[in-house]
Amino acid sequence: MKQLLILSGKGGTGKTTVAGAFIKLSRAKAYADCDVDAPNLHLVMQQNVQPIIKDYYGLPKAAIDPDLCIQCGLCMRHCRFDAITAAPDFRVDEYACEGCGVCHLVCPQGAVTLHPAIAGELKLYRNETVFSTAQLKMGSGTSGKLVAEVKKQLYEAAGDAELAIIDGSPGIGCPVIASISGVDAVLIVTEPSISGISDMERIIRTAEIFHTRIAVCINKYDTSLGNTEKIEAFCKERGLPFAGRIPYDPEAVKAINRGLSIADLDCASGRAVQDVYHRTIETLFDESAG
Amino acid sequence: MKIAVPADDRSMESNVCISFGRTPYFLIYDTETGESAFLENTAAEKHCGAGIAAAQTIVDSGAAVLLTPRCGENAAEVIQAANIKLFKTFNGSLQDNLDAYQEGKLPVLQEIHAGLHGHGGN
Amino acid sequence: MQAFTATEGINMKIAVLSGKGGTGKTLVSVNMAAAAEQAVYIDCDVEEPNGHLFFKPEAIAQENISIKIPVVDPARCNGCRKCVDFCKFNALAHTGQKLIIFSEVCHSCGGCALLCPEKALTEKDKVVGEIRRGVSQNVRVVSGILNPGEASGIPIIKKELSYAAEGDGLTVIDCPPGSACIAMESIREADYCILVAEPTLFGVHNLGMVHELVRLFGKPYGVVLNKCLEEENPSEKYCVDQGIPILGKIPFDKEIGRLNADALILAREKEVYRDMFFSLLHRTSKEVGHEAAIDS
Repeated sequence: MKQLLILSGKGGTGKTTVAGAFIKLSRAKAYADCDVDAPNLHLVMQQNVQPIIKDYYGLPKAAIDPDLCIQCGLCMRHCRFDAITAAPDFRVDEYACEGCGVCHLVCPQGAVTLHPAIAGELKLYRNETVFSTAQLKMGSGTSGKLVAEVKKQLYEAAGDAELAIIDGSPGIGCPVIASISGVDAVLIVTEPSISGISDMERIIRTAEIFHTRIAVCINKYDTSLGNTEKIEAFCKERGLPFAGRIPYDPEAVKAINRGLSIADLDCASGRAVQDVYHRTIETLFDESAG
Repeated sequence: MKIAVPADDRSMESNVCISFGRTPYFLIYDTETGESAFLENTAAEKHCGAGIAAAQTIVDSGAAVLLTPRCGENAAEVIQAANIKLFKTFNGSLQDNLDAYQEGKLPVLQEIHAGLHGHGGN
Repeated sequence: MQAFTATEGINMKIAVLSGKGGTGKTLVSVNMAAAAEQAVYIDCDVEEPNGHLFFKPEAIAQENISIKIPVVDPARCNGCRKCVDFCKFNALAHTGQKLIIFSEVCHSCGGCALLCPEKALTEKDKVVGEIRRGVSQNVRVVSGILNPGEASGIPIIKKELSYAAEGDGLTVIDCPPGSACIAMESIREADYCILVAEPTLFGVHNLGMVHELVRLFGKPYGVVLNKCLEEENPSEKYCVDQGIPILGKIPFDKEIGRLNADALILAREKEVYRDMFFSLLHRTSKEVGHEAAIDS
């Protein structure tokens, strides 16, 4: 199964909009949303079945038994994450607790226990296609592992599909690194703004570490022709294939609000994304290059 | 000597797992006795440092050689510090890869990839 | 020229957040700070900081932010493995000959050093990021940057927030997107939260997430609708249905888009935009004053 990951660095560039269009255009039988913090792909790829839901357990959390606690304060003194408060009873703030176990270690009374904590849920939709996604519970970390679970769920359910399109997460941190692992190619969607360019450079640096093939496309390119040219020059200089430009299109917003992909309507962005799609597949999955 | 291989399932016909850190099992094959044992990889369920924990399991198993499709830099540091040799598997069964190793057909694993840090705060 | 002055006696810390990046969090927070007479702007989006690109601050004071990482004295280590077995993050491994410590996996909990029976583990500092403080006209700019590959931006955010304005001052906190642990850390000290939302199906979905976050923390909040078009706005409908005060509406406008794309501060470019953000500050301050009156 060949895997194409769509990344952006900066949020709000149109990653999910492009991913949705690619899924429709490629008729991919397998796709996933690795933006487990704020998944949006399901809003564009409406499903007609109920998902199979699985709890995702994150790091354990500590809890203090008030009956055993003698209020010595050793736990609070040693907690590096400010997760223990003292008034009126000693208690653990589950949102701040990192599950390190130091409080459990230092408590002289055995009043602290570590218990499994649900950090999110995995969803798998299976009909003519397989769609794997997840939602991280508010305040949780370990999103990297949940991303790995989303992909694992996809492989297990759809390993024989030819192509999988994966909607990645913004940023450069662990969830992004976990999404890049094992994919064949990455398409970076960028926007022509100073902050967009800065974030694009950071995400390219991150993706290059994994030796995956990278291509770049620009969304809403007409909001700044000057910056668009800067990005194209940058790609040329770095030897990164440039997959094309998509204009800002109010029809795109209308499509999204109707739960459709831009490829479903005849509109400027829909036509442009078709070119971007073809160029991406040609350059990143060039059979002759292996 | 013992050879370790990440395994999708507990049988010699099952495939080599594509992941080292999160493989469900390890095959430990003893060349002297010809015996195969399957270890559960407790590292697979860990949130962070799965590669490191898996490498610790391999060190503790007494293996002298590890056959794997890939290895992250943290796991590789542990494996190499313990003088365990790394060879690269191909997409196939455990048995096929073991045979290939013993016939001297498997290449040394050169590319160590950057860590796939699975953590993110708490 | 109207300039917003913080209400006497009220120290106001406003956190600006959104469910997702690109909604206009930085646009709103940067311009609110710029439209005030004096303000402190704190960029808590330490993975992708952008505020400094707009402010271009000068007279930079730089400080490194470190966390404590264990270091082993091999002469004392007897290979008992208690530290390896304790570490929940698998940051330690023992080869039979030596202990290896993986500092980028380490969460700096201090547990291994505490329990080593041979006292072979001590701690040293490791830099995980930095804070840069500077000045841009009427705004003191505090930016935090997390080094790529590091686990958590929380220690950086904690230190950044210590530079918030004191006394009658106004602090605007530009939060990281989402509702994960770093977003929570950024709003901990806030008096009021402004949620920025886009008029799309994605926008309302993401607004719902961050709405849940501010309610969980018991913070008073209001919404700013950004990129508003003529059509029906699902985010506006959500606010009306949920009874959330709408503090302001910023239209989708090519000029705004262009100025923003070139990292220009709207409120410093044109009076009409300065007035827009002044009104937003004024409205927010009324809401905060209202909350303060209820609490007292």
